[in-house]
Amino acid sequence: MESLTQWIQGLLADNTIFTLQTLSYYGEGLVTTVQLVFLSLVIGLVLAVPLAIGRGSKHRWIQLPIFFYCYVFRGTPLLVQLYLIYYGVVFIDGIQDTWLWVILEKPFVPALIAFTLNTAAYTTEIFRGAIKSTARGEIEAARAYGMSWWLMMRRIVLPSAFRRALPAYGNEVIFMLHASAIASVVTIMDLTGAARFVYARFYAPFDAFLFVAAIYLCLTFSILYLFRYLEKRLLVHLKPSGQ
Amino acid sequence: MIDLHGYGPRLFEGAMITIQLGVLSLILSVILGLLTASAKMSRSWILHRIGTLYTTIIRGVPDLVLMMLLFFGGQIGINQVTDWLYYQFDIDIFINVNEFVAGVLTIGLIFGAYMGETFRGAFMAVDNGQIEAGRAYGMTNWLMFRRIRFPLMMRHALPGLSNNWMVLLKTTALVSVIGLSDMVRVAAEASKATREPFTFMLIVAAIYLLIASVSEWGFAKLQKRYDVGFGESN
Amino acid sequence: MKIQTILGISLIGATLFAGSANADVRDIRIGVDVPYEPMEFRTPDGELTGFDIELGNALCAEIGIQCEWVVQGWDGIIPGLMARKYDAIMSSMTINDDRRKQVLFSDPYFTPPSAWFAPAASDIEMPYPQTLEGMTIGVQRGTLQDNYVTDNFGDVADVNRYATADDMVLDMDAGRLDIVFLDFPVGKATLIDSKAGDYKVIGEMITEPKEYFGDGFGIAFRQRDEELANAFNEALATLKDNGTYQEIYSDYFEAK
Repeated sequence: MESLTQWIQGLLADNTIFTLQTLSYYGEGLVTTVQLVFLSLVIGLVLAVPLAIGRGSKHRWIQLPIFFYCYVFRGTPLLVQLYLIYYGVVFIDGIQDTWLWVILEKPFVPALIAFTLNTAAYTTEIFRGAIKSTARGEIEAARAYGMSWWLMMRRIVLPSAFRRALPAYGNEVIFMLHASAIASVVTIMDLTGAARFVYARFYAPFDAFLFVAAIYLCLTFSILYLFRYLEKRLLVHLKPSGQ
Repeated sequence: MIDLHGYGPRLFEGAMITIQLGVLSLILSVILGLLTASAKMSRSWILHRIGTLYTTIIRGVPDLVLMMLLFFGGQIGINQVTDWLYYQFDIDIFINVNEFVAGVLTIGLIFGAYMGETFRGAFMAVDNGQIEAGRAYGMTNWLMFRRIRFPLMMRHALPGLSNNWMVLLKTTALVSVIGLSDMVRVAAEASKATREPFTFMLIVAAIYLLIASVSEWGFAKLQKRYDVGFGESN
Repeated sequence: MKIQTILGISLIGATLFAGSANADVRDIRIGVDVPYEPMEFRTPDGELTGFDIELGNALCAEIGIQCEWVVQGWDGIIPGLMARKYDAIMSSMTINDDRRKQVLFSDPYFTPPSAWFAPAASDIEMPYPQTLEGMTIGVQRGTLQDNYVTDNFGDVADVNRYATADDMVLDMDAGRLDIVFLDFPVGKATLIDSKAGDYKVIGEMITEPKEYFGDGFGIAFRQRDEELANAFNEALATLKDNGTYQEIYSDYFEAK
């Protein structure tokens, strides 16, 4: 470990910008970005499944509110949603005196809420499309077996819909990673926040932003390959067979 | 009536800036997209490589980071060039990349990559028989592009184009972060000054939804035009 | 360095506006970051005003040139000068060595101390690394206060960096910040004067060490515009002699 530190120090001896201190900013920024994106995606996914099912409901009063939610969150910029939630929560009367304020006080949770609501709206639409395109025959077969609605959803519709949704969902994950850069606007020191700090301190835009762009590029490729791998594993039944 | 505390006119100007920014970036991105699609389909491997590199990098880096790189870095880069000209040749030029220009360039550059993919798919979907027919008529390449490939391609490209425009429109909000007074920035300033974030942010959200709905209607009209001759069921 | 030059050359193709200007003392444009009350801010109908603006206009009048103010966000303000978006910066910019490498400064025209501000109920007595442990400190990104707090308190406290002083005050009001560190006059105007009793100054006025706090506010020019800087220095000396400076000063910084 010590030799590694020495090696890095030697590598950095010639420059004034990428010191161990600034690198640790980038490192912490990376952790924050990954946390923020991962958490919002997971929670968004959990929310999106029931919403997608409800979105296809025959009951108007279930379907319409979900449609409206998706329409608004997909039709407006994430930045506006972030401002609304970050600055908006402050003006809920008396919120500063409740236990909620402990978590809303830091910028992380308001940003997480905005990101989650945003990705849940997009994911809902992705799943709805996938559920809608379930082959009629599968549903009829399930009915013929006397499956209940819930059992059919669980055993037949959702598993195949998840697989079909995979490519589109992969895009959504990358989109969320990129969108998370605006977290720096509400003082979160994510990757972009670290780059803005380094830029402002050293007036070195190329060093600060090219470096962070390279990190994002690596993250994007990792996600891309992960989803390619998943698609290969899970969508194998859709490939032409017999070879 | 909603009380805008005197911010109404500035909010309107901001909305105009958002629309101008969106439309100019759209034009730039369509041009870049057509170029990229041609490069990627060309037989020259260098062009193909450049096209692929461009789309890969753009799609791998957040819009905001690219925007800051171009806005903050672009100034210093140009400054170095003009200073060099000044000291070497005593030529004093004034070159200015303001937020608006940086915004149009970055958003155009970003969406050029996405448009490139859309157009490439659409060009490939054009029936080869149509092109052969054009050739049989002795059309030049340019005439064939104008009369056959472009209109036929547009039919396939429009859904993707419309989708990209909706995303582009929302991306314009990011220029408020680098200091352009678009409607998001005006609304942010107004909410801070009046302590009424809900009023101003909800108005801005509504304007975005309005622009999106109007453009959706416009694209549907366009689609109808390009669908002429293909029948309803197609 | 090489990368920057190459990028610079490739970017020159990407610029839309080009024109020419000569190097004599002429009508100029001055970059300013608003709002930073009382130094520079907008009235509700959008007019620029403040100590910097009024002094700047007086200086221009003394030199006999027309000055136009250009609003520019703080984190792009020096690059903007280099890129000739304007010819000078008069925006509460502290003179220090880092910046001297980039720009040419006039003589200092104002020397404010920095100070800590906290809610009136705060029980912090003196801001030391021990007493601020685990707290959230607000600063404006890229300011000397940011550098000072980052280096001295960054390890023990959370530092929230804001694009504008306005954003910081808003989060202070919301209760998101325990303490902020900024130019004393700005803090006084935005936190003490306009919200009677909500906030208080913690500890002493801070002007040391010089490596952070520099030598007061200066007007920044491009390195090569020495003539222009000299013209402003002479005008500043004249205004200080004939009492105009004192008049503007008392308008903003003395009790009425």
